[in-house]
Amino acid sequence: MSTATRSLPRTIGAHAILLTYTAIALFPVILVIMNSFKSRAGIFGEPLTPPTPKTFDLIGYTTVIGQGDFIHYFQNSLVVTVASLFFVLLFGAMAAFALSEYRFRGNTLMGLYLALGIMIPIRLGTVAILQLMVASGLVNTLTALILVYTAQGLPLAVFILSEFMKQVSDDLKNAGRIDGLSEYTIFFRLVLPLVRPSMATVAVFTMIPIWNDLWFPLILAPSEETKTVTLGAQLFLGQFVTNWNAILAALSLAIMPVLILYVIFSRQLIRGITSGAVK
Amino acid sequence: MAAQTRPKRPFRWHIGIFLAPAVLVYTAIMILPLAGTLQLSLFRNINQSQVFVGLENFRTLFGNPNWSVGFWNALRNNVWFFIIHMLVQNPIGVLLAALLSSPRLRFSAFYRTAIFVPTILSFVIVGFAWKLILSPLWGVAPHMLDLIGLKSLFTPWLGKEEYALTALSLISVWQFVGIPMMLIYAALLSIPDEVLEAAECDGITGMSQFWKIKLPLILPSIGIISILTFVGNFNAFDLIYTAQGALAGPNYSTDILGTFLYRAFFGFQLQIGDPNMGAAIATMMFLIILGGVCVYLFLVQTRLRRYQF
Repeated sequence: MSTATRSLPRTIGAHAILLTYTAIALFPVILVIMNSFKSRAGIFGEPLTPPTPKTFDLIGYTTVIGQGDFIHYFQNSLVVTVASLFFVLLFGAMAAFALSEYRFRGNTLMGLYLALGIMIPIRLGTVAILQLMVASGLVNTLTALILVYTAQGLPLAVFILSEFMKQVSDDLKNAGRIDGLSEYTIFFRLVLPLVRPSMATVAVFTMIPIWNDLWFPLILAPSEETKTVTLGAQLFLGQFVTNWNAILAALSLAIMPVLILYVIFSRQLIRGITSGAVK
Repeated sequence: MAAQTRPKRPFRWHIGIFLAPAVLVYTAIMILPLAGTLQLSLFRNINQSQVFVGLENFRTLFGNPNWSVGFWNALRNNVWFFIIHMLVQNPIGVLLAALLSSPRLRFSAFYRTAIFVPTILSFVIVGFAWKLILSPLWGVAPHMLDLIGLKSLFTPWLGKEEYALTALSLISVWQFVGIPMMLIYAALLSIPDEVLEAAECDGITGMSQFWKIKLPLILPSIGIISILTFVGNFNAFDLIYTAQGALAGPNYSTDILGTFLYRAFFGFQLQIGDPNMGAAIATMMFLIILGGVCVYLFLVQTRLRRYQF
């Protein structure tokens, strides 16, 4: 790119706009976390300043940890997310392999059938899903959530993974076949390791909506035993409308695990999005 | 290709085994319930048994003012919700992506990471954090407006019928602007340098280069983003539920189809839940989303010109 296109005012302008928007994006998050470490007087008196020794107070956190069973909710969320993710990736990769590797009658039709779920949200089937879960006795179990999220994640996973599996070299797979490997061994030992980067992309895309979902935990598993963090935080916030210390602390506790994970994996995530997840 | 169809080859069981788990779970938990919901909308619970009533539920939904007023209100609000996303979220996303993709921009990784942060947060956090910020009790918003001398503009936006929906739409825009930004950014990066260099040789630089060269090339991505926004918006529920509750107050001014469905299905306060009416509303949402997707696939996508490099 020639230097003629990069003038100084233009660069400054670009940075000014980006900085402004970054501030808008981060301001609420920083504000909530900052104020969660303050006393009540500090929260209302000087909401925009970082906690000083005078206003520093952990009362909010002690209330939250004393009241809500957040550790338990956190475990539930973790179990649901990890298990759904495992099934989405395993089943999705298997189906994607079948669709991209073999030519058989109904291949395109099957691909379209599985892609239908990308456009039509599973939420619209809630009424019948609830009836199904009631009939099979799965209401208020984590299994119900895992099944729903697996079904929800599969369409996009199959779609993205089959795009990537088409790029795995045929020679490699054929070499495996000549060496007498079974089709299963070829899939698990040769193909899966090669598509690992795209699996990571799918994992991130699948994980965020599952972790953040409020609808299905609210409807399928609202019991104390099976509450997820998102639902637990929602109910907790509803109860403590007037206790600002507790609310800000609960919000911060809900933000921080996601934020930490995001900071660690953001490179992977952004590379995944920009490397042709949606073309 | 080893896998070409040859006649008289033994049945390939492994294809079935590879496909079976995904197809079974997907069919059982997604397709059958969707079909079941469509079917349920044609039935009604009379004396503890489901009776086929044809389109009676839809007649109630559109004919009975108890339902139709709520439905049209929710649909109107949902359309406004979508319009704000299209007019605010997507242009901002394109602008940010265009700035980020300029070559040799410093700190672009930092900007990208930071602007995407709201997108990863759950609706509960987003809804509640903004509720606190806009609350007149805490006074952060009026305080900040005071700093730039506009304190008189402040009203409790989320509590006023005329502003609440717009305020919530803008909160949702704030949360999701990262998605169009990233997808457009990816599309801009995939434009080959030769094309841009050729444009420069012809004297097309800066803004006109964006309008004349880059924008036509990223139109397919903008199309995809529009349809994703459409599906997401007409399926939205969580943000309204978190910020305003199932009643979508004040006075139903922020009611959208998702919250309307929730109330019809589960009931609220004096009204008892009605799965059949819930199914009827879900069917309408299904038809609306299907209609949008079809318009996109058959009218928009076929007319977009795609360029192969």
